[in-house]
Amino acid sequence: MALRLELRPEASRAMLFVAPMLAIALTVATGGLLFAALGFSPLPALKVFFLSPLGDLYGISEWLLKATPLAIIAVALALGFRGNVWNIGAEGQLIMGAVASGGVALALYDVSGAWVLPTVLLAGIAGGALYAGIPAFLRIRFHANEILTSLMLNYVATLFLAWLVHGPWRSPEGYNFPESRMFTDSALMPILLEGTRLHVGALLAPLVALVAWVILSRSFLGFQIKVIGMTPAAGSYAGFGPKRVIAFTLMFGGGMAGLAGAMEVCGPIGQLVPTVSPGYGYTAIIAAFLGRLHPFGILLASLLLALTYIGGDAAQITLGVPLAVTQVFQGMILFFLLACDVLIRYRVRFAARPSLGGAA
Amino acid sequence: MNEAEIATLAAILAAMVRAATPLVFAALGELVTERAGVLNLGIEGMMLMGAVAAFGTAHAGAGYAAAMAMGAGAGVGMSLLFAFLALGLRANQVACGLALSIFGVGLSAFVGKSLVGTPIEALPALPIPLLSEIPVIGRALFSQDILVYASVLAVPAISWFLFKTRAGLILRAIGENHDAAHDIGYSVLKVRTLAIMFGGAMAGLAGAYLSLAYTPMWVENMSSGRGWIALALVVFATWVPVRALLGAYLFGGVTILQLHAQNWGIPVSSQILAMLPYLATIVVLVLISRDETKIKLNAPACLGKVFHSGR
Repeated sequence: MALRLELRPEASRAMLFVAPMLAIALTVATGGLLFAALGFSPLPALKVFFLSPLGDLYGISEWLLKATPLAIIAVALALGFRGNVWNIGAEGQLIMGAVASGGVALALYDVSGAWVLPTVLLAGIAGGALYAGIPAFLRIRFHANEILTSLMLNYVATLFLAWLVHGPWRSPEGYNFPESRMFTDSALMPILLEGTRLHVGALLAPLVALVAWVILSRSFLGFQIKVIGMTPAAGSYAGFGPKRVIAFTLMFGGGMAGLAGAMEVCGPIGQLVPTVSPGYGYTAIIAAFLGRLHPFGILLASLLLALTYIGGDAAQITLGVPLAVTQVFQGMILFFLLACDVLIRYRVRFAARPSLGGAA
Repeated sequence: MNEAEIATLAAILAAMVRAATPLVFAALGELVTERAGVLNLGIEGMMLMGAVAAFGTAHAGAGYAAAMAMGAGAGVGMSLLFAFLALGLRANQVACGLALSIFGVGLSAFVGKSLVGTPIEALPALPIPLLSEIPVIGRALFSQDILVYASVLAVPAISWFLFKTRAGLILRAIGENHDAAHDIGYSVLKVRTLAIMFGGAMAGLAGAYLSLAYTPMWVENMSSGRGWIALALVVFATWVPVRALLGAYLFGGVTILQLHAQNWGIPVSSQILAMLPYLATIVVLVLISRDETKIKLNAPACLGKVFHSGR
C-alpha cells in the first residue's frame, strides 16, 4: 500500500487550523518518546515540561515575559515572509537594539525623568531597524541574498556586543566581569505585577500584532506585500517593484527585534551582558510559521513556544536533562508543522497500486 | 627570509588549509545538491550532528574510520529528514532548511551534553613521502591528515562526475528543468534524494573534521556559522567545484589572518577581528551578486522550486 498526494482544487481552510494542532500533538507525543528513551516515564516528564511551570502566578508571569519578545519579533518577521523577504537576522537585530538602547541608557546614567525610558526604547527600535537596513540595502542595490547577509550579521552583532562589554562599556564597579553598569531606574521597564519580572512591555505585544494586522489587511503596502509574495511578476506588472516591500519588511522586522532587545536589557536583565537573548530571534521564525504568518495566530504560537523555554528550564532543574531540550522541542514543532502543512494543499490517499484505476 | 620566517609562513599556510577544509566539504556537498535543483539551508544543522556523532564515536574508542563514517552517516540521516519534507511532502525548501538548522543545533547540543570538556587525540597527520619534504608547500599541503587530502581530491572527482559522466548530466538536467527531465523519463525525486544525501554526507564530514581534527573536542554550536558561509561560497563559486575550493581557501586565509593579527601586534581586539570571516562573506556575496545576469546564467534554473510529478 502506498501513500499518494493528490492536489486539492483549492487550499483547505480547515487544514490551515488543523495542521498546527496536529503538529503540536505530534511534538508532545514524540517528546514523550524522547523522555522515555532517556529513562523517564513520559507522562510525568511531559507534565514537568508543559504544565508544572504554569502552576503559580510567578510561573505565569515568566511565561508571558518570554512570550513577549517572541510575539513582537515574529509578528514583524511574518510580514516579510508573506512577501518572500527572508529576514533570518532578527537575533542580530535584537542584539543591536539592545546595544543602541543600552548605549543611550548608559549615556543618560545620571539623568532621571519620565522621558528617559521612551528615548531608550526608541533608540532600540532605531538600532535594530538600521541594522536590518544593511541586508535591505545590499539586497536592493546589489541583489545580495538577504538570508545569508542577515544571518552573517547575527554573528557580527554577537561579537560587537561582546567587544563592548569586555572593553569600552565594561562596568568600572564590575570586578572585571564582562558586563556594563546596571541601568538606573529611569531606564528600566516598569513592573506590571508586583513580585514578578513581568513588565509593561507585555502589553505592547498585542499592540504590535494589531498594527501588523492593520498594515497587512487595511493598507496598500500590505496588499503589495501579499501580491509580491504570491507572484513577484504580478507585482511588477501592476506597477510596483519589490524594493519598497523589501526595505519596509526588513526594517520593520529589525525595528521590532530591536524593541524586543531593548526591553530585555531594560527589563529582566537590567544591564548589557554578553548574551542578551536565548535565541528569541531564531525561535520567532518558528512562531511566525506556527502562527500561520497571521498576527493573531502568532500571539498564540508565541505563548506555546515561550512554554518550551520555561519547560526546558524546569526539565533541566527537575529531571536533569540538558537545557538544549528546548531547542529540540522547537525544532520538532517546526518539522511537524511543515509536514502537516501538506494537508492544506494536498489530500493524502491510500492507494494499493497508484498506477491502476487512474480515477484521480 | 630566514629559516624562522619560512617556518612561520609554512605554519600559517598549513593552518589556512585546515581552516578551509570544513568549508570545502560543506560547500562541495551543497554545490551538488543545488546542481540538482534543491536548496538545502540546513548545512549548519547537518554539520553539527556530524561533528557530535564523529566525536562521540571517537571518544568511545571506536577509531577514526568509524568516527568519520558516523559523522557522514549523521549528516545523511539529517538530510533524509529534509528530503522527506521538501521532496516527499513538497514543503517550502527555505523553511525546511531553516528547520533542519534550528533542529540540528538543538539536537547536537542535547545529545552531546555529556561529551563537553572531554578531549580526544586529534586525527593524526599523514605526511606524504617525498612531497612533504618540499620547503613550505610540503608542510602546508602534504603533511596534513586524511580528511584534508580527501577534501581536495573531492574537487576533481565531483567536477568529473558533474561534467563528464552521464549521471552528472542527468543531475544537472534535473536542476535546470525538472519537468523536461521528468518527461524524458528520469526520476526527479530519486536523483534529488541522492543529491541531498550526498550533501548531507559532505556536511557530516565537515563536522567530523571540526571535532576530530580542527579542534579535537565537542563544543555546543562549534561550527559557528560555517554551514552558512559554505552556502555563500556556493554562490561565490557560481556552482563550479574548483571555484568553491578557491573560495574556501580564501576564507581559510581570512580566518587565520584574524587569529594571527594579534601576534603581530595589530592593536584591534579579538572580538572585532573575529568578525572578519562573516564580514568577508557579506562582501564576497555582494561582489558576486552585483552582476545579476551572471548569477542567473549560472544558477540551476529550478533551484528551490517544488516539483509536481502529476500535472
